[in-house]
Amino acid sequence: MSARLTLATAGRVLAQLRQDRRTVAMMLFVPSLLLSLLGWIYDGSDTFDRIGPPLLGIFPFIVMFLVTSVATLRERTSGTLERLLTMPLGKGDLLVGYALAFGVVAVVQSVLAVSVAIWGLDMQIEGSPALVVVVALANGLLGTALGLFVSAFAASEFQAVQFLPAFVLPQFLLCGLLLPREQMPQLLERVSDALPLSYAVDALNHVQSTSGLSGAIVTDLVVIVAFTMAALAGGALTLKRRTA
Amino acid sequence: MNNAHEAAVEVEDLVVVRGERTILDGLSVSVESGTVTGLLGPSGCGKSTLLRALVGVQIVKSGTVRVLGLPAGHPSLRRDVAYVTQSPSVYRDLTVRQNLRYFAAVLGADPASVDSVIATVDLTHRADARADQLSGGQAIRLSLASALLGTPRLLVLDEPTVGLDPVLRRDLWELFAGLARAGATLLVSSHVMDEAERCDRLLLMRQGRILANEAPGELKRRTGSHDVETAFLRLVQSTGELVAR
Repeated sequence: MSARLTLATAGRVLAQLRQDRRTVAMMLFVPSLLLSLLGWIYDGSDTFDRIGPPLLGIFPFIVMFLVTSVATLRERTSGTLERLLTMPLGKGDLLVGYALAFGVVAVVQSVLAVSVAIWGLDMQIEGSPALVVVVALANGLLGTALGLFVSAFAASEFQAVQFLPAFVLPQFLLCGLLLPREQMPQLLERVSDALPLSYAVDALNHVQSTSGLSGAIVTDLVVIVAFTMAALAGGALTLKRRTA
Repeated sequence: MNNAHEAAVEVEDLVVVRGERTILDGLSVSVESGTVTGLLGPSGCGKSTLLRALVGVQIVKSGTVRVLGLPAGHPSLRRDVAYVTQSPSVYRDLTVRQNLRYFAAVLGADPASVDSVIATVDLTHRADARADQLSGGQAIRLSLASALLGTPRLLVLDEPTVGLDPVLRRDLWELFAGLARAGATLLVSSHVMDEAERCDRLLLMRQGRILANEAPGELKRRTGSHDVETAFLRLVQSTGELVAR
């Protein structure tokens, strides 16, 4: 891996995004708009304080998963991936380049969403807003890494989009947002232990209820990063220089 | 031609199977270095598969493929071998210049060379157009331009001149000849037989086999033909005796 090639790749991915202003606008503003809608629905009740923080982590995960899986699928079908793999570019340069570019977008997206939630919608949290952004960024990167990985199993854009309900919605249902995980049937609680989004929601619940950086939050972050690394490694395995 | 260090490409008993179909069945061929070698044959004869095997992106069943003295696909060949696929492989949502800047960065080529390769393929007036706004021929030229970045020693070009304007086609063949004079080897596939005259050497291919590997003049003399098309037909008729190794 080389820093020069990784940065060149990240720059190229960002240049592609810049050409598509509508996608950028949706990535940046849709989470904030959805939060505003929720704030309106739960107007005045403390439900918004309970579900707002976890959603700040879930949105970047979903958006980055979707965008990355389609972007990498396009790279595969346009022949540019094959061309790059005949050039002196490491697989790590490509994967980390994508992660960096979408990481930048994830940071902007979550700074916007967190600002809207706390200062616009008066969401109450004990912990620091910066910590919410950190967890949201980790989630955005996790979404990117998983999107890179699953795109290898999609033969068309239709399939790639269907991976969202297939891969992401079960995690959404089990992550503890709808029902605290310890109140679920035991088998489902065990399953949710093995899913990365559960740790994101757990971390954000801690930020919501405790001030400062607790050990529990750090543990959750470590687990999220470990899942991200594993997905990137899996993604590297799916980038084959030789194909049939 | 059998002299090992003179051959830029050496293929022996190459077998490629895709699904149930055998695409290349024990193909052997060598390509002399410093030449423009044309790979001619009808579509579906296995040209692209052979080229993919040379650049190391094709899964092969058996046989050996050596390129510039190394096994095909060897990491140190990635700077020395430039490959252009038949359909343009470029980022459709980036401009001509953005595409080439990125490929130049990946190859470690001088960023200043971007503008000169754009001029070489006659795209200067479209340098800031997005690739998805280019005509088919312009997109092919963009794809070709990225193979001219850096200093490749072997250029593997899959039908690079299809659908191009005759004037530009002539200029590109002159460019290929110039690169060969400077020491590079070019392997250029085509299904248009009239491009054969532009090549130093010809590989005629049909149904996964090489029918001939010689200079255009020799080929015509040997088969008693006026043009390469007729030579090809005569070779097909007498394949049994004339299959070249």
